[in-house]
Amino acid sequence: MAATDPGALGAVLSGPVASGDWLVIAPVVIAIAAGALLLMLRHHLRWQAAYASGCLLLMLAANAALLVRVLSDGPLVMTMGRWLPPFGISFAADALGASFAVVATFVALICALSSARDIDTTGRRYGFYPFLMLMMAGVNGAFLTGDIFNLYVWFEVFLIASFGLLILGSEPAQIDGATKYGILNLLATALFLIATAYLYGAFGTLNMADIAVKAAGLRGSAPLMTIATLYLLAFGMKAAAFPVNFWLPAAYHTPRLVTAALFGGLLTKIGVYALLRSLVMIFPVERAALSEVIEWVAILTMICGVMGALAQTDVRRMFGFLVISGVGIMLAGLALGSPLGVSGTILYAVHSMLVMSALYLLAGAMREMGGSFLLTELGGIYRKSTFLTAVALLIFLAAAGLPPGSGLWPKVMLAKAAIDGGGWLLAGAILATGFMTSIALGRVFVLAFWRDAQKAGPVDSTIKSVPRLAIYAPLVSLTIPIVVLGIIPEQFIRIAELASAGLIDVTAYVRAVFPAGGS
Amino acid sequence: MEAVFSLLVALFFGVGIYLILSRHVIRIVLGIAIFGNAVNLLIFTSGRIMRETAPIIPGNLDLLPGPAANPLPQALILTAIVISFSFFAFILVLAYRAYQEIGVDDTIGMRISEPRDDALPPMGY
Repeated sequence: MAATDPGALGAVLSGPVASGDWLVIAPVVIAIAAGALLLMLRHHLRWQAAYASGCLLLMLAANAALLVRVLSDGPLVMTMGRWLPPFGISFAADALGASFAVVATFVALICALSSARDIDTTGRRYGFYPFLMLMMAGVNGAFLTGDIFNLYVWFEVFLIASFGLLILGSEPAQIDGATKYGILNLLATALFLIATAYLYGAFGTLNMADIAVKAAGLRGSAPLMTIATLYLLAFGMKAAAFPVNFWLPAAYHTPRLVTAALFGGLLTKIGVYALLRSLVMIFPVERAALSEVIEWVAILTMICGVMGALAQTDVRRMFGFLVISGVGIMLAGLALGSPLGVSGTILYAVHSMLVMSALYLLAGAMREMGGSFLLTELGGIYRKSTFLTAVALLIFLAAAGLPPGSGLWPKVMLAKAAIDGGGWLLAGAILATGFMTSIALGRVFVLAFWRDAQKAGPVDSTIKSVPRLAIYAPLVSLTIPIVVLGIIPEQFIRIAELASAGLIDVTAYVRAVFPAGGS
Repeated sequence: MEAVFSLLVALFFGVGIYLILSRHVIRIVLGIAIFGNAVNLLIFTSGRIMRETAPIIPGNLDLLPGPAANPLPQALILTAIVISFSFFAFILVLAYRAYQEIGVDDTIGMRISEPRDDALPPMGY
């Protein structure tokens, strides 16, 4: 094994770690420490939301500082236990991981702020906030790790925290949804582990930069195609790609709306992130060979997702299907693999994190204003709140990919990349999906907002009346970045291009992990 | 030795997948447990099976004197066992609760979150 190589002599770093390098593990450390702290403070039910929001604000600051540093100096790496990579487990933040971590933490912060009204005392007593922090530890760890087995561990961390969040309330529908979600996600991570076992058997290393370097030399002798296909299946299942997406519509409409907003915003994007990391960075040749398969998966995911959305009466279930069709659009860039396509996927993922969370939070606001989740019963929200109607219109336009929302530019990039690459079918599917999404959401707007109220008087006694500001504040703070991304996208596109360039050309990433020249 | 182990892994995978294909939640859960153990054995086998020599470097040397067992797969499996055991415990309780709440141990009957007779959205005002 590699450990017996004479070159392994002096495999330990000497000298202290530069203090700025601690930034790369800061988000995960803060999240785990905050989770433990909240567990100890579990009897302070009134203050848990404030504690969690404060910790998430700290994490957001750490992630933002990390992103600024990565954008100016290139990938930032820290290896645990002072072993030189590939022996130690590396944390490696590049532009892709750092920017996803920033957006994910921002979305979680908004969700934590809006949870103050959605999560009741029982939910707090059952540990909503510790679960939230542990899930964010897993999410940030997945975005920032540079080791593929460590990625598996972070997947499991956020998965088990998400189980806790999903069944908060123990309603029959939640338990039913959680059973399907749990079993299918467990199977997906088991597939991930199988692929990783083969990978270890072929490469003898688990460090992603090391694998990316060694893949070129092993292409003739090792079953890399099998490994890449298994990763496609495992991460495709995590991302809810078409033939393996059935856990998502079964589960995402059952939990508390804040939880649904978190899941819809973050969890499928981690699958997309892992697909980008494994197929674009580590196995580019295998990805090119699989591109036709990925293209069909992308088209079917988009179309089936949006068709499912068209058939739903419950707005939460409709938004679940829209999450799926968004994943299909992200897979389009993976199928193309060109720099423009991959940056389109990255920008779309950022857009999707913001918009999908905003949609679920909007569903909560619609219930508080209109008294129901069902399109058959909703109505008259425009008369009750013009402001909410305007915000909802902006979010719907963004989700459908129309200006001035954030969905326009990534779709333009992906459609252009598809036409450049000769994928007319893919470009057509992206445009058709946008069209059908605007039909589905336009119908929600017409029925829930424009139509007169369907029932007279107070509708549902279980709906608490909450101050309007508590409804508007989280929605507005998600809508502002959505509109900014739609109106002045240059800076975001530049970061996405930087991130995709770092994935396609791994030299900078590898040099950051192996400063001494490496293996 | 690896060949024998890979046959064993294949047997585990076969049994696991067969159970997962069942309609009954409890059999699916047992299938997942066997599937997880198949993966653990797979990691063990892909780390190559070597002598029963512990990989400990003597005090006067800098390197291992000869071939020894590979410790890394064992560390990976240990992690995977801990994770899959906790998941198994959780899913087992969840399946039992589902049986209590829904009254069926059958995926065809579990339609609470996605009811069969769901109405279509209104076609007009």
